[in-house]
Amino acid sequence: MGKFMGSINVRQILLPIGQMAIFVVGAGAVCSVVMLVLAMLFRGSGADHLLQTTQGIGILGYTINSLPQVLIDGVTIGFVYAAIALGYTMVYGVLQFINFAHSEIFAIGAFCGVEALIALNGAGHLVRAGVIGAFAYLALALLIGMCASGGMAMLVERVAYRPLRSSPTLVALISAIGVSFALQDVIRLAESLTTGQFYRVMPTFGNFDERLTLFKVGSKIIDIQVKSVVVIVAAVVMLVALNYLVGATKVGKAIRAVAQDKNTAALMGINVNFMISLTFLVGGSLGGAAGVMYALKFTRIDPFVGFMPGIKAFAAAVLGGIGNLTGALLGGMVLGMIESFAGAYLGTYTMGAFGAEYKDMVAFLILILVIVFRPNGLLGEQVSQKA
Amino acid sequence: MRRPLSILAPALAVLALLVSAGCEKENKTIKIATQSPLSGATSVIGSDIKAGTQLAIEQLSEPLTKLGYKVELAPFDDQGNPDTGVANAKAIVSDPSVLGIVGHYNSGVQIPASEEYHAANLCNVSPANTNPKVTDRGYAEVNRVCGRDDVQGAVGAQYAKSKGIKVAYVLHDKTAYGQGIAEYFKKEAEAGGMKVVGFAGTEEKANFDAILSPIIAAKPECIYFGGMFDQAAVLFKQARQKGFKGMCMSDDGFDSPDAAKIGSDALLQGAGTYFSTVSGPADVYPDTKKFMADFKAKFGNNPQPFAAQSYDCAALLLKGIENAVNANGGKLPARADVGKAVRALKDFKGITGTMTFNPKGDLVMGKYFIIQVTSADPTKWAGNKIDQTLNIAPPQ
Repeated sequence: MGKFMGSINVRQILLPIGQMAIFVVGAGAVCSVVMLVLAMLFRGSGADHLLQTTQGIGILGYTINSLPQVLIDGVTIGFVYAAIALGYTMVYGVLQFINFAHSEIFAIGAFCGVEALIALNGAGHLVRAGVIGAFAYLALALLIGMCASGGMAMLVERVAYRPLRSSPTLVALISAIGVSFALQDVIRLAESLTTGQFYRVMPTFGNFDERLTLFKVGSKIIDIQVKSVVVIVAAVVMLVALNYLVGATKVGKAIRAVAQDKNTAALMGINVNFMISLTFLVGGSLGGAAGVMYALKFTRIDPFVGFMPGIKAFAAAVLGGIGNLTGALLGGMVLGMIESFAGAYLGTYTMGAFGAEYKDMVAFLILILVIVFRPNGLLGEQVSQKA
Repeated sequence: MRRPLSILAPALAVLALLVSAGCEKENKTIKIATQSPLSGATSVIGSDIKAGTQLAIEQLSEPLTKLGYKVELAPFDDQGNPDTGVANAKAIVSDPSVLGIVGHYNSGVQIPASEEYHAANLCNVSPANTNPKVTDRGYAEVNRVCGRDDVQGAVGAQYAKSKGIKVAYVLHDKTAYGQGIAEYFKKEAEAGGMKVVGFAGTEEKANFDAILSPIIAAKPECIYFGGMFDQAAVLFKQARQKGFKGMCMSDDGFDSPDAAKIGSDALLQGAGTYFSTVSGPADVYPDTKKFMADFKAKFGNNPQPFAAQSYDCAALLLKGIENAVNANGGKLPARADVGKAVRALKDFKGITGTMTFNPKGDLVMGKYFIIQVTSADPTKWAGNKIDQTLNIAPPQ
């Protein structure tokens, strides 16, 4: 291998893509199989009869019919959760505490990205932009969101966590919760002062709302929204980039060294404070990008928008094994998938007794089960990739 | 959900106590309190409930001024949150100069807060609370100038049927208001021969993917949402993006320009978006011209839904207080007497109609509207098309 080729570690790019493919297919396949088995068991049940009479289709047919859409929704939200979960897990890796302010870092990214697009829209740029222009503007919004969130995450670390670094981690945890509340109201205050609005709505532009036909089965068309594709592709690119940064660069090696042992790393000439700041910058920007993607997908944001995705991404990080980058990916995917399945089928299978609103309960029950049997999370044992 | 602002409630209570302590020397002051969301998701509407009341106090308190009383507004922010509403209510009833209260926006807040008013005999006239329980408890001091959900839900279902809808999917927001109206819609729909293929509640505000999958699979011709616009508009928009072509329908909680801001073009697609309401746009009423002009001149914007109703609530309270003061020989009346005087008003000429309360506190004749969203532009919300206007007496 030549010197030039040697400078790019192809393995570090292909490996995470492979992992993601395995996680997506694996989580999707396991959930689908469980669901199909359940559908078989429910044949002849009250729910089956109800579907036969109201929609003229058995429970097995119903389950199979909606399966593709449920899988697509699960993958999309799974990638968003994974991108947020990485922020939690990276900080845990270096400082061993949960950065509860990360959900607001996510919200700040969403707000800055959306505000930028609203401003561009107001100036008429978005309407004039063609398809390629729309993607360029979206990329710009993502970049703005990432910068804002990354910067804010670094600032929070410097102001609220670094002075407490020698205290027990519980103290830093309380500080994080305080920062989280404070940031929520800072967003609210900033919005009230500047726009007087509580919600911001992502402008409609480009072809993001159109639907792409994936394939046809008989008369049934399986399609996916352009913005779901955008979310998935953007998340994959960022996750690969992060993996490369942590796994194959000198900076990544330094971050890993700090994660393993701060004192020894300092003795080896690594600037520990700088590396920790960098970790917050990287984790924060990922969260910010996830915020912009979340706003693109679900269109409406408010100052408290970060809370639920934040809590779920935290759960995903724990599910995968906190401190473990690959685990956060797997955890996000599994949680997104379970949530999507539970939301789509719970109401039908229980004949409306438990509607879609119980999807989070199911997702978190499964989380508890996993934690009971694997206290370190699904991949908690593999500490080699700890960041 | 986290309620990060709940700390404000005790702070407000302390403030109110301080204010009331300061006023005890001057017992010639009469206060009319408002409770509505002044911050948060529904503050657009809540702020104008306060503004409507303020305008009424400024324009209509002259008879009381002549009797030697100064009328003041005491606005409270209930944040659309029952806990905050009740905490505010405790502060309000502990201030003896408060003789009436205009509020709330959310039935789920009004119902527990009015228990406090009832215990203190404080007269409450509601501009917007439509849940049947608001008046069905039979409290002598709790009244409303708007219609009721049991009628409103039924009106919505009848309208859907008249549009040829045969299959409906019903969702609600799990609040007293949203779930209540959704149940009345469902009952009337089924009684009218419609098939209701789903009935579910959700607190989700952003990601309706999972909720929509079974809805789309059930192929309804109409999705009905009982609740507020901040959820309904997102739901309708995402339903359209998932290819739903049927009719979207909601209730008076949908009546906000922010619904157009959130939903934009999606509200006009498919078979369109409709909502029932108990308060038409202010210009529907013949006597609101002056009110609209004054409101615009004072606050710089057109009145939101329920602002004119709030004006009338305050007007009813002022008239009731005036009558009670006169009956008491010019002295400050007891709260219970104010309540009785307000309930006893006959054919009161308000700007949204001529009002007489029945023994429960409902208007003897309620107005109901079905409105079709005709523009995705929030500034044109008041110009939405009124498809139907109905006058229906409340059930006894």
